[in-house]
Amino acid sequence: MSKRFGDFVALDDVSLSVESGSLTALLGPSGGGKSTLLRVIAGLEVPDTGEVWISGQEATALKPQKRDVGFVFQHYAPFTHMTVFDNIAFGLTIRRRPKDEVRARVEELLELVQLKGLGGRYPAQLSGGQRQRMALARALASQPEVLLLDEPFGALDARVRKELREWLLRLHDEMHVTTIFVTHDQEEALELADTVVVMNAGRIEQVAPPRELYDEPANAFVMSFVGPVNRVGNAWVRPHDIEIGHEPREDAHEAQVERIVRLGFEVRVDLVRDDGLRLHVQLTRHEADLLEIAVGDIVWVRMRVERTFSAGGEPTHPVPV
Amino acid sequence: MPGARRRALGTPALSGGLALGYLSLIVLIPLAAVVAKAADGGWHHFWQVAWNREARAALELTFELAGGVVAVNAVTGTALAWTLVRDDFPGKSIVNAIVDLPFALPTIVAGLTLLALYGPTGGVGVDVAYTRWGVLMALLFVTLPFVVRTVQPVLIELDRDMEEAAASLGAGRFTIFRRIVFPHLLPALLSGVALAFARAIGEFGAVILIAGNLPFKTEVASLYVFEHINSDDPTGASALAVLMLVISFTLLLTIGGLRRWATRHDR
Amino acid sequence: MTRYGVRTLSLGYLAVILVAPVGLIFWRAFEQGLHPFWAAISNPIAVHALKLTLEITVIAVPLNTAFGILCAIAIVRHRIPGMGLVNALVDLPLALSPVVVGLALYLLYGRDGWFGHWLLAHGVQVLFALPAMVLATMFVSLPFVVREVVPVLREIGTQQEEAAATLGASALTTFRRITFPAIRWAVAYGVVLTTARSLGEFGAVSIVSGGIEGRTQTLTQYVQASYENFDQTGAYAASVLLAALAVTTLLLMTVVKRGDRSS
Repeated sequence: MSKRFGDFVALDDVSLSVESGSLTALLGPSGGGKSTLLRVIAGLEVPDTGEVWISGQEATALKPQKRDVGFVFQHYAPFTHMTVFDNIAFGLTIRRRPKDEVRARVEELLELVQLKGLGGRYPAQLSGGQRQRMALARALASQPEVLLLDEPFGALDARVRKELREWLLRLHDEMHVTTIFVTHDQEEALELADTVVVMNAGRIEQVAPPRELYDEPANAFVMSFVGPVNRVGNAWVRPHDIEIGHEPREDAHEAQVERIVRLGFEVRVDLVRDDGLRLHVQLTRHEADLLEIAVGDIVWVRMRVERTFSAGGEPTHPVPV
Repeated sequence: MPGARRRALGTPALSGGLALGYLSLIVLIPLAAVVAKAADGGWHHFWQVAWNREARAALELTFELAGGVVAVNAVTGTALAWTLVRDDFPGKSIVNAIVDLPFALPTIVAGLTLLALYGPTGGVGVDVAYTRWGVLMALLFVTLPFVVRTVQPVLIELDRDMEEAAASLGAGRFTIFRRIVFPHLLPALLSGVALAFARAIGEFGAVILIAGNLPFKTEVASLYVFEHINSDDPTGASALAVLMLVISFTLLLTIGGLRRWATRHDR
Repeated sequence: MTRYGVRTLSLGYLAVILVAPVGLIFWRAFEQGLHPFWAAISNPIAVHALKLTLEITVIAVPLNTAFGILCAIAIVRHRIPGMGLVNALVDLPLALSPVVVGLALYLLYGRDGWFGHWLLAHGVQVLFALPAMVLATMFVSLPFVVREVVPVLREIGTQQEEAAATLGASALTTFRRITFPAIRWAVAYGVVLTTARSLGEFGAVSIVSGGIEGRTQTLTQYVQASYENFDQTGAYAASVLLAALAVTTLLLMTVVKRGDRSS
């Protein structure tokens, strides 16, 4: 499908299929089209060309009301004038479900999202993480076929984010609802999703499980977006794929240690090669201790694995050097 | 998202069509009728009718008075806004509510109240009935809230830190007002006086009793139009009405521009 | 000292222009006790004028409220060609002289007018009758609801409405359950302003009404007619009635503002 806003191409001939019950991440820089794709799936935007199918049914022309999707908005879009209970119950009450059923279902959801006892509060009286979980419960209340989350953890601080990620993973394991979430945080995508869709400039760059994405990036963009990277001439090298030694070797370059940062388990070393190229290297603490390097030392560096990509972005095979 | 077209919220064509239809029926078509009437005899004829001595005198007086309204309101309106925001005294909230009274009070009543106090039987030693001073007073009455209500919110939002910073840099009170506060108030002040100006150009109810019916002396533009309708000269009335319409529209566009200018620091 | 200077200037100005004159007519109206006031207000012509004014208001305000909400939604939510024009034109009645409004309707619905000709031929009297007075009132009080609702709609954004849509709410349900509760204070404020303007309209109505005593004379026109007929007691009494309505409006405005802040 394709979608443009004026001159801006939000989706450029994108095609994607998502397996039932899976947890899929749409990953990419902002303005890359991921939120637009999510909104098209929800029916909040109409694609210019193309089709949307949900559970074997064509849904392109369906209004959002009829699609049976749950949508969690970036800033949660709480109904500020309703209590937490009424927020969660909204999807059920407008379908005129019996009161007892609504009450039972909402209580069940409140417990599930760990908001038991807070049903009488207003959204303004909740913390960011609680509001997030309320939005999730609201989206799940009428048992949608697809759950869509737009930057679900974007507005939360680091600790709450981590807690919620683990919690969402457990929730997905229990409920098995097909889930698609948008994120610009590669760590989040790799940790949560079983399939990651990398998007850039309105195109899909790669669809793959996390491990494959990291080890077999389809092109230079994916390689540099998913994880840190050094550019060496035409090749790309991961910081942990650079070996440091004290002995000269034929396939190695001389380099000077410029800076060493110890971050607990990980040690980052910045080097300047004899040809002036700057390199970032990641070592484990153990490796660093064994090496006994210090700022100003002259060492030898060698690329263990480097990747080159053709002009079209296609990978030429990885080169073990 | 640039130009995002959202579809979740009902049918744009229906609400847009209804809104446009209603607006056309109530506002656009009637105004078109005035323009059509004025243009009946062609451009030359229009000019002849609109630019006769009486009409010119009425327009001149109207602009003179509106200019006076702008000058007085710029000072008193800012002073009132300042008093309501930065000063504190018993009864302030009542004063704040009273400022809106001219918005709520029918204009004919406004004119009558001024005549009751400052007219021939007022007993305060002045008589402004049938004078330009009286007309000016009526215009000041109905335009009183405009500057106050545009400047007040800006003054409330204005960061006191800036003034304190200026003071710490050695600026005196007058310098702080002139260099720090005033530039922030200016766009709001200008759109306030523009609204007051527009109102003063078109005001009718408040002035009709005070002005009497004295061409060349107290006859402002709206009274001219009214008198010419009454004396069965719709073409003459339309000619001046079209000029007033153009002035109103120009002022509206100016005010819109001022609003955008006022928010230029926020973007 | 500056502060007392500014305070004296502003409060003094307010007293001279506004408080003293308005206060005086209350005093004049009740100078000789309640009885003359009551006699002036209960004469059949005054009663009819009041009834007619209320009748016009009761028709114009709901129509303008419905239009105001619809128009605000069209301006803010739907980017349709032509809405920019609507947005600019909606404010026009605020800047336009009521006599121009009156003249416009006078020409359109008069004997030779575009509409008037056809309507008269079919036996519908608009000019010098209730319909023209209602149309004039609708024109001048048109912008108030729109102007109050538009900024609030902008501020609340679209996410809550989209959330309701993905939860299965129809456009109407979304409006009723989500959008309206968010804009209700703005609507209330707009309605108060529209009502005040409708009750007090004079210029536009006096051109299209004919102002026939006991038939097409509104309360504001009654004030003018009484004053010009040297019936000062009658003019003051009706004025006091209108001023009391205005003060009620002010109180309502304060109440609505407070309600808005607490929600």
